[in-house]
Amino acid sequence: MGRQNREISGFAGRPEGCLRTDGPIKLINMDKTISLCEDTRERDTFLQGVKDCVPTLLGYWSIGVAAGVVEEAAGLSLAEISLLSLLVYAGSAQFIAAGMIASGSAAFGIVVTVLFVNLRHLLLSAALSPYFRHLPPFRNMLIGALLTDETFGVAIGKAAERPRLSERWMHGLNLTAYLNWFVANVTGAVFSRWVSNPEALGLDFALPAMFIGLLVLAMAGRRQLGTDAIVAAAAGAAAVGAAVIMDASLGVILATVAASTIGLVVEKWKSAGKLWP
Amino acid sequence: MEVRWEIVAIILGSAAVTFVPRVLPLMVMSRFALPEWVMKWLGYVPVAVMAAMVAQEVLTQNGQLALRPDHPELWAAVLALLAAILSRSLLVTVLSGVIALMLLRAWL
Repeated sequence: MGRQNREISGFAGRPEGCLRTDGPIKLINMDKTISLCEDTRERDTFLQGVKDCVPTLLGYWSIGVAAGVVEEAAGLSLAEISLLSLLVYAGSAQFIAAGMIASGSAAFGIVVTVLFVNLRHLLLSAALSPYFRHLPPFRNMLIGALLTDETFGVAIGKAAERPRLSERWMHGLNLTAYLNWFVANVTGAVFSRWVSNPEALGLDFALPAMFIGLLVLAMAGRRQLGTDAIVAAAAGAAAVGAAVIMDASLGVILATVAASTIGLVVEKWKSAGKLWP
Repeated sequence: MEVRWEIVAIILGSAAVTFVPRVLPLMVMSRFALPEWVMKWLGYVPVAVMAAMVAQEVLTQNGQLALRPDHPELWAAVLALLAAILSRSLLVTVLSGVIALMLLRAWL
């Protein structure tokens, strides 16, 4: 992407700044600038965020209904299931909490396990932070509060095209996912008697399939396929190894840290010409 | 509808320990310019974290390695990967994977 293009898309986060005539915008033809800004404005609305969430909804629904079924089976009331879904809002953690509540685990143990399972959000939140530098901390808190693996994946795909992300677009994406997750949880809890075998429909694969799609989109947007493929392979191998010998959640965190570091090292080698020209 | 206080305590505790890792880096790290190598490192996080989660979902089963030809998730993942590369669409990828696994489970 050329330098001028970058500067134009730099207005993505605050389209109200598009028509200012001072600053970098002066460098380019005014007509072109306006049309590009309008285009950007159109793509960064709340409604566009809602639309960009649609491909992930099948995943939220299948996992959300399953979580509702499991929570109901763990003896939680509908009110408790609603609270869990609205306040914790994290699939794997809700499954694990329901399982531990059912088996009568101590509250402290459950909370520590949930902390552990959700610690990977630190990395997702950190990776998203450069694209929201234009917002004050409180507004970044609102964005981070509803961050999930899926909304992160969609947002980082969007970020490949631009240096910053729109707050309204992100809220559209996050709130759509949040509401669908809640309704899916409650639906699962209410209709748990009728959902006998969701596995026969292959719905348990919606989540891994979505991660595959997000991985391909993340790599396609970066134009450094070689290094990214090494990173992906290293992360996959480390995550599987760690899951087998110790723990899956810890494995994701360790694999991500290790593989990202490998990526950095490979990049250094490549630019120094040590590995290949 | 009953709400037991000990369950509420578990939910509030879980909510707090989930909330902090979600918001803290966004609130703190976006306040100052990060060194270039940190930015580059963070650039690899999406690829690494997605690959790690896919690999665990597809290649393990109950904490055991499941790298067998009769493991239907493996083939569904290959088909979903092809669908993702060809279509560049999340919806097509998810539908392909789910339908593929449904058929594979009926056949294998």
